[in-house]
Amino acid sequence: MEEKEIIPVPDEQQEYVINMGPQHPSTHGVLRLLVSLKGEMVKNIQPHVGYIHSGIEKMCESMTYTQIIHLTDRMDYISAHINNEAVCLNVEKALEVDIPDRVKVIRTIMSELTRLQSHQLWWACFGMDLGGLTCFFYGLRDREKILDIFEETCGGRMIVSYNCPGGLMYDIHPNFQKRVKDFIKYFRKILPEYDQLLTGNVIFHERTKGIGKLTKEDAISFGVTGPTGRASGFSCDIRKHEPYSAYDRVQFKEILFTEGDTFHRYVARIEEMWESMNIIEQLIDNIPEGQFAVKMKPVIKLPEGEYYQRVETARGELGVFVISDGNKNPFRVKFRSPNFSNLSVLNHIAKGFKIADLVAIGGSLDLIIPDIDR
Amino acid sequence: MLPEIVAQNTSPSLSVPWWKVVYNFSPLTEWIDKSLHNAMTPFWTTVTEMLIIGVLILLFYALVGLFLVYAERKVCAFMQNRLGPNRVGPFGIFQTIADLFKLLFKELVPIKNADGFLFNLAPYIVIIASFMAIAAIPFAKGLHAIDLNIGVLYVIAVSAMGVIGVLLAGWSSNNKYSLIGAMRSGAQIVSYELSVGLALITIVIMAGSMQLSVIVEAQRDGWFIFKGHIPAFIAFIVFLISSTAETNRGPFDLAEAESELTAGYHTEYSGIKFAFFFLAEYINMFIVSSIAATVFLGGWMPFHVSHWEGFNHIMDFIPPFIWYIGKTFFVIFMMMWFKWTFPRLRIDQLLTLEWKYLLPINLVNVLVMAFIVLMGWHF
Repeated sequence: MEEKEIIPVPDEQQEYVINMGPQHPSTHGVLRLLVSLKGEMVKNIQPHVGYIHSGIEKMCESMTYTQIIHLTDRMDYISAHINNEAVCLNVEKALEVDIPDRVKVIRTIMSELTRLQSHQLWWACFGMDLGGLTCFFYGLRDREKILDIFEETCGGRMIVSYNCPGGLMYDIHPNFQKRVKDFIKYFRKILPEYDQLLTGNVIFHERTKGIGKLTKEDAISFGVTGPTGRASGFSCDIRKHEPYSAYDRVQFKEILFTEGDTFHRYVARIEEMWESMNIIEQLIDNIPEGQFAVKMKPVIKLPEGEYYQRVETARGELGVFVISDGNKNPFRVKFRSPNFSNLSVLNHIAKGFKIADLVAIGGSLDLIIPDIDR
Repeated sequence: MLPEIVAQNTSPSLSVPWWKVVYNFSPLTEWIDKSLHNAMTPFWTTVTEMLIIGVLILLFYALVGLFLVYAERKVCAFMQNRLGPNRVGPFGIFQTIADLFKLLFKELVPIKNADGFLFNLAPYIVIIASFMAIAAIPFAKGLHAIDLNIGVLYVIAVSAMGVIGVLLAGWSSNNKYSLIGAMRSGAQIVSYELSVGLALITIVIMAGSMQLSVIVEAQRDGWFIFKGHIPAFIAFIVFLISSTAETNRGPFDLAEAESELTAGYHTEYSGIKFAFFFLAEYINMFIVSSIAATVFLGGWMPFHVSHWEGFNHIMDFIPPFIWYIGKTFFVIFMMMWFKWTFPRLRIDQLLTLEWKYLLPINLVNVLVMAFIVLMGWHF
């Protein structure tokens, strides 16, 4: 019998590529990841974006500033209110409008409520990514209460469109303060339950600690912001560094960790929920009387020039860059969306881990795909 | 020939009042056996009995499967602040039947470049493995299809066959997700088989027999989990963990981890073939729970405390079948409970848990148990 020589397969040929997405349960939308694997080990990740590119930046060029606000809802739809606020602040800054205190305080409260519900949804999905399906329902149960508050005041539940240049669309609902206070009271009791279900679990610790470490230097060079960046020690909270609306009159901590692994990205968000509740509690009883909007011209025209405004969304820094040529439409609009930068770091930190870790890391980055594709 | 035999013998009657059958099924089965013998030749009697038993087990299998799917949906719904199925029939009890019809009528999507023969064979292997295992389980006194003298070994061996179906399904689907799922499942089941076996051996040492009916009978004056001190309890915990892993459930459902592999090894299956995998998973859960109930919790044996005659007598009034079902569903509920509470493990952590923790604990446990039995320290 002829003896066959066994030729070992070279390493690069042992790799195979799987397509995670665009239809995959844990890519949270239509993100497509080309993942090179060797066995279960992730060797390389190539994100393919643009499946729901809707040309929001280009559409903005043919719309008025009031109309642009409603487009920004559709970018990061989980923190829609904060996106709106960014555009409004930019327009108000350009026009040098003086905004009443009442508007500032209400905007801050709404922003923090948005951040809370965004983190609740993230917690729900993160639990599900790790296989704990019960988390999903717990998270959504509590998020529903915030959405109800939104619905009562803004009419919309998720895509609120509550802001307009110069203030708010309408005043808050008479029940607003009471319901928010009730919710904070309720959620202060519920949040420890989240910890009991997931944070304290041994399996959860095993799955997240030391996984997907992101150093501070890498976070800065990739432009990773938000809780993801702060978990790595990158102090990037716009609310602290460049206070807008009413953030300069409230006391709150910037959550900073140095470890930068999946577990601390998780803890950073949980801690942020506590801080958001603190901020809301400081403001909810002190909403000043006054107008809910300044009267603006029916057609808003920005003076010629370039304007930039940053805000802190639930996922990081959102920048709105507007070039105006003095018309009612902007000449160019560019959104610096947090998710795009956060996604860019995925290959860097998930390399060398397993598929299950890739899912956990992806979940801890908290990606919203329409914000990447725009 | 046949009518002559019937004419010669008077037809046998049930030796006990009919209502006593629930406490002991042997008179009933003997009566059926005698009646059949009177009616036909021994060969045809055996064939008929096999057919009857086959049909009964098939019926039981389908009913348990349907009920367990419903039960899991309800249990998980209540754990998640939901209502669960509540539209079809009262409390939604016919939901799974409606689902079954949906699955029956669904198209069986042919897969390009799939290994057709193996692809079609895989669901049958999975379902046959679970079907065979159910035959050895004693449901009540005198109610089991086959009372092998190596019953424990038989159940372990047969239920391990299911992994072949899973591997074939993953291999033949021509899908990388399926393949990863199948490979994970292979590694998982092969490792956890070991712990299941050793946990059962701990009790076999104590009972001194592998025959399931003997094991149940040995628990007349106390279930093994109480009689066997700490080793029996440890064995029960280990069995619970490793049998959950063996059935690809709970925090160990890596083979079908939907957030990583979409649906794992059965990604490409649709319609009734998918239903086979689905059903087999639930039946496997039922089988391991039955074994846990039989070996550790006394099977159909009522709760007895030695020397408490009055108490034991009251307990005897509850039919064995109820005891068996109650214990089995207690174990099933535990498995559902931790499925819906814990996040999923990673494959390397799964294997670490088995090879570095469960297996050494188990080996020491077997030794301790052997020592206790030798010294006669158990109750």
